[in-house]
Amino acid sequence: MTLSLLGKLGGGLVLAEAQGGFWMPPKASTFAEGVDGLFDFILILSIVFFVGLMALMVYFAVKYRRTHVEQKTSPLKHSFKLEFLWSAIPTVLLLVIFAWGQRDFILMNAVPDSALDVRVTGQKWSWSIGYPSLGKECQNKLVVPLGEPVKLTISSVDVLHSFWIPAFRLKRDALPNKYTGYWFEATQTGDFPLYCAEYCGTDHSVMTGRVQVLDAEAWKAWVASDDCAGLDPTAADYGEKLFVKYGCNACHSVEGVRLVGPPLNGIYGKPETMQDGSQVTVDDNYLREAILDPNASIVQGFAPAMPTFQGRLTDQELNGIIDYIKQLGGDAAPANP
Amino acid sequence: MSSTTIDGTAPDHGAPHEEVDYIRAKKGIKSWLFTVDHKRIGLMYLAAVSLFFLFAGVLAIIVRLELLTPMMDFLADGDAPEAAAKARDVYNQVFTLHGAAMVFLFIIPSIPATLGNFFLPLMVGAKDVAFPKLNLASFYIYVIGACFLLYAILTTGLDTGWTFYTPYSIETGTAVMASTMGAFILGFSSILTGLNFIVTIHKMRAPGMTWTRMPLFLWAIYSTSVIQILATPVLAITLLLLFFERAFGVGIFDPAMGGDPVLYQHFFWFYSHPAVYIMILPGFGVISEIICVHSKKHIFGYKAIALSSLAIAIISFLVWGHHMFVSGQSEFAGVLFSFLTFAVAVPTAIKVFSWIATLYGGAITFNTPMMYGLIFLFTFTIGGLTGLFLGALTVDVHLHDSYFVVAHFHYVMMGGTVIAFLGALHHWWPKMFGKMYNEKAGILGSLLVFVGFNLTFFPQFMLGSRGMPRRYASYDAEFEGLHALSTYGSWILALGLTWTAVYLIASFWTGKKAAANPWGAASLEWATQSPPIEHNFHETPHVDADPYNFKEIDRSQAAAGHH
Repeated sequence: MTLSLLGKLGGGLVLAEAQGGFWMPPKASTFAEGVDGLFDFILILSIVFFVGLMALMVYFAVKYRRTHVEQKTSPLKHSFKLEFLWSAIPTVLLLVIFAWGQRDFILMNAVPDSALDVRVTGQKWSWSIGYPSLGKECQNKLVVPLGEPVKLTISSVDVLHSFWIPAFRLKRDALPNKYTGYWFEATQTGDFPLYCAEYCGTDHSVMTGRVQVLDAEAWKAWVASDDCAGLDPTAADYGEKLFVKYGCNACHSVEGVRLVGPPLNGIYGKPETMQDGSQVTVDDNYLREAILDPNASIVQGFAPAMPTFQGRLTDQELNGIIDYIKQLGGDAAPANP
Repeated sequence: MSSTTIDGTAPDHGAPHEEVDYIRAKKGIKSWLFTVDHKRIGLMYLAAVSLFFLFAGVLAIIVRLELLTPMMDFLADGDAPEAAAKARDVYNQVFTLHGAAMVFLFIIPSIPATLGNFFLPLMVGAKDVAFPKLNLASFYIYVIGACFLLYAILTTGLDTGWTFYTPYSIETGTAVMASTMGAFILGFSSILTGLNFIVTIHKMRAPGMTWTRMPLFLWAIYSTSVIQILATPVLAITLLLLFFERAFGVGIFDPAMGGDPVLYQHFFWFYSHPAVYIMILPGFGVISEIICVHSKKHIFGYKAIALSSLAIAIISFLVWGHHMFVSGQSEFAGVLFSFLTFAVAVPTAIKVFSWIATLYGGAITFNTPMMYGLIFLFTFTIGGLTGLFLGALTVDVHLHDSYFVVAHFHYVMMGGTVIAFLGALHHWWPKMFGKMYNEKAGILGSLLVFVGFNLTFFPQFMLGSRGMPRRYASYDAEFEGLHALSTYGSWILALGLTWTAVYLIASFWTGKKAAANPWGAASLEWATQSPPIEHNFHETPHVDADPYNFKEIDRSQAAAGHH
């Protein structure tokens, strides 16, 4: 056990050295250098103070350990000089840390005009990432060009979330009543993790995704590709794609697995028992109500956890999703095996 | 020092009026349940907070077991996706209850309600606190509040995190109402205890005990009480509003009704940041006592330490926004709160420097209380220094809500308050129970706690800065090694704490009888017998010197003006 642990740790260290520092993940935005610089400055100060203080403590503790009953102690009670020094020096150092953090923080919030607009919407428990100028919308995936400023406008449709990209050293809460956001310029191509950093309930720990930084050529190819492209309402898989786009799949299985919400395969046309004991037959109208006003009637045994999609779906999209659920049919595995 | 003899020898032999102590003064369960004796009330609190510490500690071990591996396994029943989703719900409840129980039921009342209650009247030379019946009422209010939280746990649990952030706390199906009611009621216990202590310190100090002759523990408890009285009502209002929001949908925090969820965070942290100092200031007080008594040195910089407690109490009200640098508050507010946050670091640094300077020229005994004193200086210094990373705006944007924060506040709350609490228990154990614990067992326990604590929490700094978010039930495989280390550490920590409970309880039967003043201390609580008599002192003590005036201090040097 110990050996395997050491192996893991060693592996972790080597990996971290190759991609980032001992403390920090890879640096992949223009802000990373400044943040890491300040981090290292505070770290060095901390180590100097900590080692100095502990050395003094151990030295005093050993030198002045009680060796005999008659041992006399120093009558020292205070020393103005010393107390002034150890108030003034930390004050100056703290002001330096403050000013450094403050300066970069202001820069972090000054968005260049030319930035590419990206809209980030959090919902329990997925991220929807839209590109208004490209007509694209990705799920849990942020694709950005290398060396170009990108501005994220962040919001939430339900509770608080927080959009964290460790490689960029950036994070901002997603609020349901207000837009927040940040901007960055990626400095390294690659694939980096992104996380929800504000606790948001059951699946908070899996509300994660990837950031892909592409060089100019790859970016052009991506823009032209149909990855994350707008959906074609006449295509056969229109509903299925919507189902993923709006994150329905995060809570509703189509393979009979019980997740946060009830599985949706094989329910159409069948009776379901509601929380109040009543029986409802799953038809188009029930599905419409369940999507637009999810808490109106809850299936027995499930918590009222679904956000409303009123105002978020067009009628065409709503129909697409209902058609998809309809065609999931009744031939798959039962809901509660 | 005073007309009461404190000379390091037990006054038992031949003491003409050795009396029955407060434990044996009255018998029967009723004599405890209806007691107004501050010492008995302190012990009842001690029993209660210890129980909740055990409970919340077991929850912490469960959290660490789940985090031993990246996927959901410990809490999951099999590896089907539905089992994982269910296990994540359980995990969310476990970490929430760990936090809520530790904060509201354990740390906030830990030192003030147990040791503050027991020793504050003794240290000022009084027979009891100013309002003994109110003191008992505070205890029962605490019990009622705790029952509400227990009710929440036994029914639907709680899954909001101890911070109850809106709007999640408005819509979740768990027992938010019962829990907020519980915390609301617990707040009153805290307010009334603070009030009692402030009045006692103002009005009941023994003749001759000027403000600057008070032991620093009392300055710390006094500063804590000021915060308790001023900040706790804000928490009460906030929780009440949250309660109304859920019960009647008043729409103050709920964005669906035009409310503002970030307003809740402002209200919450306006209390909860000062509350951090409610938790740590009493620990500072304990460390001042322990370091002086067990090195037989006068405290270095008495006034600086006493006044820095008050300074911290005041500035602590102005830094709440540093919990919200990434919440969407204005940049200007962020800059302002960052500045004020660094301002609060100065008085804290002064304290640490003064404690270490106190060791200079002392006669240091390496007993269990002193071990905890030195461990405190180690762990709390790390806790304090890592706060600088989080106060710096840009660095906090990266570290916010990561494991770095988890590690930081555990170094402050556990490495600070809990270590100080353990030190205080050992320091005052002989006085409280009249028994000495086994010293070797104590040293061993302190070393296990030290190693276990650092192994548990130090790797979490690295986890956080490398990108591990907090409150995650499962995580990326790259974090496994550090999480595993942390979990192994938690086992050593649990072993150390269990060992400590065992030898302390064993001392009731096997411990040697404690002398009145086993450490040769100079403050008033050591002037009465161990355990104290019901009314603390036979005659009102008279104080004519300060509490760190040990007989070992070389007065010839002082007379020569040698500094």
